[in-house]
Parts: sequence; C-alpha cells; structure tokens
Amino acid sequence: MGEPAEKNGHFTKDKGIDEGCRRLTPEKIESVVKKMLDTEAGARMKVYVETCVHCGLCSEACHYYNSHDGDPTFSPAGKVKQTLWELIRKKGRVSVDFIRRATEISYTECNLCKRCAMYCPMGIDVAYMMLFVRRICHFLGTSPQYIQDTAHSHSATMNQMWVKEDEWIDTLFWQEEEARDEMAGLEIPMDKEGADVMYSVIGPEPKFRAQLIYQAAVIFNAAGIDWTMPSTTGWDNSDMCMYTGDNDMMARLKRTHYETAMKLKVNRIVMGECGHAFRSVYDVGNRALGWRMPPVPMVHGIEFYAELFREKKIRVAKKYEPPVTIHDPCNVIRGRGLHEELRYVTHQICENVVEMTPNREHNYCCAAGGGVINCGPPFKNKRVEGNRTKADQLKDVKAQGVKTCIAPCHNCHGGLEDIIHGYELGLELKFLGDIIYEVMEK
Amino acid sequence: MHDIYSFVSGPLVWVAFIIFFGGSAVKILAWNSLCKKKDPTVHNYWSWIHVFKSLRHWLTPFGTLGWKSNPGMCIATFAFHLGVVILPFFIYAHIILLEESVLGIGWPAVPDSVADTMSIIVVVAALYFLIRRIIVPEAKYVTSFSDYAVLAIAAAPFITGFWAYHHLPGYSVAGLLHILSGEIMLAAIPFTRLSHMFFFPFTRGYIGSEFGAVRHARDW
Repeated sequence: MGEPAEKNGHFTKDKGIDEGCRRLTPEKIESVVKKMLDTEAGARMKVYVETCVHCGLCSEACHYYNSHDGDPTFSPAGKVKQTLWELIRKKGRVSVDFIRRATEISYTECNLCKRCAMYCPMGIDVAYMMLFVRRICHFLGTSPQYIQDTAHSHSATMNQMWVKEDEWIDTLFWQEEEARDEMAGLEIPMDKEGADVMYSVIGPEPKFRAQLIYQAAVIFNAAGIDWTMPSTTGWDNSDMCMYTGDNDMMARLKRTHYETAMKLKVNRIVMGECGHAFRSVYDVGNRALGWRMPPVPMVHGIEFYAELFREKKIRVAKKYEPPVTIHDPCNVIRGRGLHEELRYVTHQICENVVEMTPNREHNYCCAAGGGVINCGPPFKNKRVEGNRTKADQLKDVKAQGVKTCIAPCHNCHGGLEDIIHGYELGLELKFLGDIIYEVMEK
Repeated sequence: MHDIYSFVSGPLVWVAFIIFFGGSAVKILAWNSLCKKKDPTVHNYWSWIHVFKSLRHWLTPFGTLGWKSNPGMCIATFAFHLGVVILPFFIYAHIILLEESVLGIGWPAVPDSVADTMSIIVVVAALYFLIRRIIVPEAKYVTSFSDYAVLAIAAAPFITGFWAYHHLPGYSVAGLLHILSGEIMLAAIPFTRLSHMFFFPFTRGYIGSEFGAVRHARDW
C-alpha cells in the first residue's frame, strides 16, 4: 500500500476519477445532476441549502480545516459551496473539472464524521450533503478506483475483500485450530442454528487481521457464550457501497447480513470492533430496507465486552499496565453514544487511562473513516496531512506518558497508524479485543 | 408625500403581512408535504423530547461547545436576534398603532430608553456580522451578495427607527423608510435566507432527534 501519491496540477491522480472523467460529457453531467435534484433531493436538502446562513461556525469542527491552518476551502460549509451549492445554482451545467474536484472533495476531504453537525447552530447535516454529492459521482462513474473496487467486491462476493467462500471457511478452521493450541476444546461454531449470538466481522479481518478472529474466539469460549459464525455470505458486516453512494447495493448487503442472522435464528448479532460497519447495520442499511431500527437486535463489540465484564463472564488476571488513551470513533460514539461504555471497558482492563482532549462525542475524527482510507494510496498523504489535529491530540497524551492508543474501530486503526508513522509519534495501537485477550483469565 | 405615506402605512402594511404569513405558511406546508414524500426519516425519527433538549441548549447563550468557543458570535447572535424578533412587539409606537388600527387591545411596552438601547445593540451586532463577513476567512469564503442583502434588510428597520425616533435630520423621510423597510423585511422572510426564522426549529429539531433518540449522543 505504499505507492506514492501523484498530483496532476490541482488534482490528485486516481485511475477511477481520471477514467471516469474522461468519459464524461457536459450533457451527461447535466442530466444526472438534474435527475438527482429532481428525484432524490427532497425538502431536507432544500431546507439545508436555504437555511445555512453562511456563518462559517462549522469550520472549527473539521480536522481538515484545522490541520490546514484554517484554509476555508476545507471548512464544511466551504466544501458544500464548492460542490452542492454550485450544482444547484447552475442546475448541473458544470464542467468535467468541476465534477473531478467535487469527487475529490466529497470522497477524500470529508470523513462524514458529523462533528460539524454539533457546531452548526442550525443543525445542518453536512455529511448528508456530501453523501448526496458522492451519489451523483457514483452515477457519473467518477468514484475513486480503490473504493470502487471494494464496492465491486461487495457486489460480486457480498464481502469487501474478494474473499471466496472456501477461503472464508478455511480461515475460520485455521483460526480455530490455532486457538486450540492455547485453549483446549475451543470452537468456532459455524452455522449453529438457534445460537444466542451471531458474530459478524468485516471483510478485512479474514484478509489481513485473522488474529482478531482468533482473539474473539478465545473471548467467546472463555465467557461461555453460545455463539456462531455463518459460513455463507452475510458473514461480512462491512459496507463500502454506503460510502460510494451505491445505495441499492448497500441495501442488498444489509439484507443479506440480517437475513443470515434470521436464518440462523439467533437472538442477536454481535459485531466486531468496526465503526463504519456499525453505522451501516445500525443506522443506514436498516433505513434503506424500510426498517426503523435494525430488524435483528445487534450490539457493537464495545457493548458486548461491557456486558461480559458486568456479568463477570470474563475476569481480568492482571490489568494492562502501560498508560493508554482512548480514541472515540465517530460511528459508535457520535453515532451510538457508546463513550461511557468504552470507558467502562477500558478501565476494567487498563491500569492507567489518560483522556485525550477533546473526547467523547467531541473527539476529532481519524481522517480515515467515511471511506476515505478506502480511496487508497493516492490519497494517503492528503489524509495524513489533513489530520495534524489528531497528531497534536496524540502528542499531548504522549507527553503525559501514554504508550498505547485504544481505537475500537478498523478504519480508525488504519488512519491512526498512518498518522502515528507520519508524525513519528511512536505510539502503539490496540483494539479492546487485543487487550482483553492479553489480560483475561483464560 | 402624504399620499405615499398613507399608502406605505396603509395598504402596503397589509400586503407585507399577507406576503409574510401567506408565504411562510405556503412554504412550510409545501415543504412539509414534500418532506413526507421524499424524506420519511424526518417525521419517523422526530422525537419531541430531544427536539426541545437540543433547542434548549442552542437557545442558551454559551450553552454549547460551539457558542463557548466563539464568544463574540455568541453574544452578537443572541443580542441581534433578541432585538430583531422580540423588540418590535414591545415598542410603544407599534403597540399604539396596532391597538388603534386593528386589534383594539394593547399590552405593556418597554421603556423608550430600553428600546433605544436595544436598537443600537441590533445595529452594532449587524455591523459585527458585516465586518466578520469581510475579514474572517471562513465566513468570507462562503459569503455571497445575498448575505449582505439580507443583513441590510434585517438591520434597516432599526437604523431608520433610531433615526426617526431621535428626529435626526431628514427624519420625516426616515419614518417613511422605517415603515417601508419593516415591510420589506416581513415580505422577504419567506423567500430569502431569513426563512431560517421558521426553519431553524425544524433543522435543529431533526438533528436533535437523530442525535438524541437514535445516536444517544449530545448535539451541542
């Protein structure tokens, strides 16, 4: 993943955007934009556009804006001005270069973290508008190459990483076998009908981070949970289609995930430590399918671990000693209010916890979420430069002796890792599961 | 001159009120039905308790993190809106006019000195907004001509009111301009950014509902 980013004048080179733009004509742009404005843009969009009083108070909420020394083109309202306002004002009569820029802004300069919604006096949801711009780009075929590839994988395999069925099943057997060396009789029960819990993970876990499945298996077995993992599609709870603007595919993915749980007749779904997947399952996919709330009860890893500690199903042998800090992922904190649960679990397993400032709902984003990291290497430097704010936050806690940063989200991990390397912070990153596995009585 | 005055203070007042009430009602109803059709989430997730919670925080000076980190904007915004929205109802001359022309009943007015001070505050706050738009980069970047126009429309009745009340030179024209600018403001509300006056509770309420009832997180 180390290809250097290349710039082409004002634009970042990206095969997907470049090729997509090459095929565009002004007529095509106008017809797609007009269609979107006439059909999917409703009263909410109209009110947001008309009610914004152009005060700029949302700016300070954004890590991109702060990291670029207050460059107004990176402010949330500034990004809407460069995209949606112009599209509406010109009724879609914009140039190909405009679309190229709008694609880059909406996919790689906004993490859809919704921190700005907390700073807008009117409560305008800029993430909603950026997603609308992405959806226009999706129909124009200008999505960045890497994220579009994951969306293709979703539609071809129903998982994000082109994992084939036999590879998936084999990974589960492999992790089960490995873990049995440590815990005799350990099982990763596959397709167990009527189990209490279906555990679902994201595509990158079997692909790059199989040890997380191992760790989860140890935790589930030690806690004596009646659980299962599906061998069929639906095991992957992730959803990059939600971020490319492919809403139809997003709905298909979520339906497969819920239906798998229903087919297995489980009482609930427990999700691994991933933020965007949680957003998709808890908040977005269900709506696309017409469910007010998820049709199958579901909890994030944080809630599940908190429950295990409260019910004393797992016990800590010796707490983790190096001082840790907590990174609050947007999708489970601003998206689900799990900040106190996260702190409860962290304090159960760690001796020294140092808070970052700001924290909880007000924490700054990792700059990887919202599909930005999934846009791949061409945009990596931009993402790291765009989050000096996070680096400063981390530097502060490092000065207070922190050695480890806990981030219960895969995207946050990827983003923070790049920030930690980029700014040479020398911090270690961990999931809650990593530490629980390390400190628990097995 | 007299004819113009009678026209502006007579039929035109009616026209302004009809445009204001009619335009606002039509817009709210039309967009609400569009909302029901295309944005079902808004009605489905609307949660009154969280709407009020969010509004309470945002309508309290320094009640949110954003207000706290922008003390200048916080003070200017609250002072300005207090003057623009509340003051007109409690000006002695306005009450008398309404009582004698249509309503037949009056209510207590604020002392003239208070009204006078509040008008000055509104104008100073408007100047603050104006200067901020010109010199603060993140505000300047998103500013368009219409932003200056609505600011002028909102501030004009207070400038002319102050002018007329204090009998500054040319005050007879100022009185006329005062009425006219008030009418322009009323009529402009449904068709400009000033419509945030009635859309604010909806946008704030909706994000408050989403954050409070679904996301279980604060939005202030």
